[in-house]
Amino acid sequence: MDLSSEVMREMYWMMLLARRLDERAWVLHRQGKIAFHISGIGQEAAQVGAAFALRKGEDWVTPYYRDLALMISLGLTPKEYVLSLMGKAGDPSSGARQTPSHFSLRRVNAVSQSAPVATQCVHASGIGLAIKMKKTNQVVLTTLGEGSTSQGEWYEAVNWAAIHQLPVVFLVQNNQYAISVPPEMQMAVKSVADKACGLGLPGISIDGTDVFGVYKSFLEAFETARSGNGPTLIEAKMYRLTPHSSDDDDRTYRSREEVEEHKKKDPLLLARQVLLEKSVATEAELDTLDKKAKEMITEAVNFGEQAPYPKAEEGMHPVYFEEVQHG
Amino acid sequence: MAEKALVEAIRDAMDDEMGRDEDVFIVGEDVGQRGGVFRATEGLFEKYGGMRVVDSPLAELSIVGVGIGAALYGMKPICEIQFADFIYPAFNQIVSEASKMLYRSDGAWPVPMVIRAPYGGGIGGGLYHSQSIEGFFTHVPGLKVVVPSTPYDAKGLLISAIRDPNPVMYLEPKKGYRLIRGEVPEGEYIVPIGPANITKSGEDLTIFAYGMMHFYALKAAENLEKEGISVEVVDLRTLVPVDKDTILKSVKKTGKALVVHEDNLTGGYGGEIAAIIAEHAFTYLDAPVRRLAGPDVPAVPFSHPMQEWFMVNEDKIMNAARELANY
Repeated sequence: MDLSSEVMREMYWMMLLARRLDERAWVLHRQGKIAFHISGIGQEAAQVGAAFALRKGEDWVTPYYRDLALMISLGLTPKEYVLSLMGKAGDPSSGARQTPSHFSLRRVNAVSQSAPVATQCVHASGIGLAIKMKKTNQVVLTTLGEGSTSQGEWYEAVNWAAIHQLPVVFLVQNNQYAISVPPEMQMAVKSVADKACGLGLPGISIDGTDVFGVYKSFLEAFETARSGNGPTLIEAKMYRLTPHSSDDDDRTYRSREEVEEHKKKDPLLLARQVLLEKSVATEAELDTLDKKAKEMITEAVNFGEQAPYPKAEEGMHPVYFEEVQHG
Repeated sequence: MAEKALVEAIRDAMDDEMGRDEDVFIVGEDVGQRGGVFRATEGLFEKYGGMRVVDSPLAELSIVGVGIGAALYGMKPICEIQFADFIYPAFNQIVSEASKMLYRSDGAWPVPMVIRAPYGGGIGGGLYHSQSIEGFFTHVPGLKVVVPSTPYDAKGLLISAIRDPNPVMYLEPKKGYRLIRGEVPEGEYIVPIGPANITKSGEDLTIFAYGMMHFYALKAAENLEKEGISVEVVDLRTLVPVDKDTILKSVKKTGKALVVHEDNLTGGYGGEIAAIIAEHAFTYLDAPVRRLAGPDVPAVPFSHPMQEWFMVNEDKIMNAARELANY
């Protein structure tokens, strides 16, 4: 299916907005304005491609902590993200209880995620089971890194989805590092997709830096899931261009040359090239978008700085649902 | 009113709630065709089918994790852990996910689910079919922990647990499944989660117990009455939230407290009851609070003499109560 120019520009915009927001978060951290950042730079193409293949607000998502571009595509605003970065009141993910980027957005069925990895995949299979019980035609997207596929939680989640042919698509964002550990120390198989054959579902490995190609793969996988034909495992190959988090120093485990080499395959630059080659947009138009993104983010940062912190005693609630109703 | 065994009352509660609410479903090992290894779900597979009485793969973390996902979607899962001893693979899903989901999403994602687990020894089960696990979970805010000791309460509390909008650990004293019998009304009734129950009134001391130990405590108290020792017995029924008012009211009346549980002593739940009494009723005490619990060994040994050495029973409770009465 050929994408319209409008949709292609929209996808590029989401990648761009997420990228500039992520970059600003690093700056805010260096300025001492935020305590922590965990980044998705280099992973935007896979996230935006998958998000655009979803029916937003209808389908379900159990994301992970590098999914800023996915969440922006689903409707998380820069202002909302900045609130979470700064631990300010009104953060929609957690009311500023969780560390930043542990996303949740109830209005688009994006479920809260914790820090122990692959826990969210099991929830995705449970949501998939509920969808099957209710006979709706929704699907679930769950995302994780390649390191998370070492967890028992992941195997159990995939096993459930395969046994019951649940409408779940597993997006493994293989960014080549689990903090410092490379794939060859995580798995003996050459690709995460190879794990699928032992679990009884289709597994494919795709170029995770090509947003438009990713979109097509996910459209197909979601269609398969939606029509009752079961789950798919999709490994999207990419490269984590930043350290693991603001507390990491990646110079201790990889060379600058390696990182620089991968910057040539930056998915944002690749998408930009495609838009220009296909005459979907001009240089000037794309530069205008860049300016617009930076303005929006500056406005969001100003908004965040003005926003109040939660009251300390809000930490008391809500432990039980009764407190949500009455508190 | 029919007299029923504990396990039949548990089955009645599930049957009634599944009949009333199509969002309620059961998931666990051998719960389907087999009707559960303790027959708690007997007949339900035939009545409600394999989509509502789901035989899980032999993998406990996903029994709970899939339940959480379904609950997030809006279902009301009853997750059966075949023996409480096997719950540890699911510890991460219970402690990191179910208990924290509501809090970490600022109330956006409630997890209405029940985790049923047969616990306790004295049945020749050895180390891994005899354990008491309540101490691990009473420490975790966000969970409710319920332990019935009569068929009447078992049904009414389980109906409450299924309807509760929070994750509820429902721990079943398996030695009492068929040993404990009592009147159980047909149809719908509720025993609320929270209140303890004074099952015998007395003047000289109070025994606080739950589950199988409450069954023995009541028998011990009846025997002691013949010796001229007047014992009040409180069935805690709900460990979280705990009924402090009933505990304190009783101990203020009798001035002496014996806290009994089958779980081993150190770090056990009885310490919490002892602490509540020490903090809030110290000046009413005529003797130090006494704890009677399982010995601090890793688990219940298999061979009969060693098992009986481990188990708290009617005689041990009577001895402890006599000593306390004579203090």
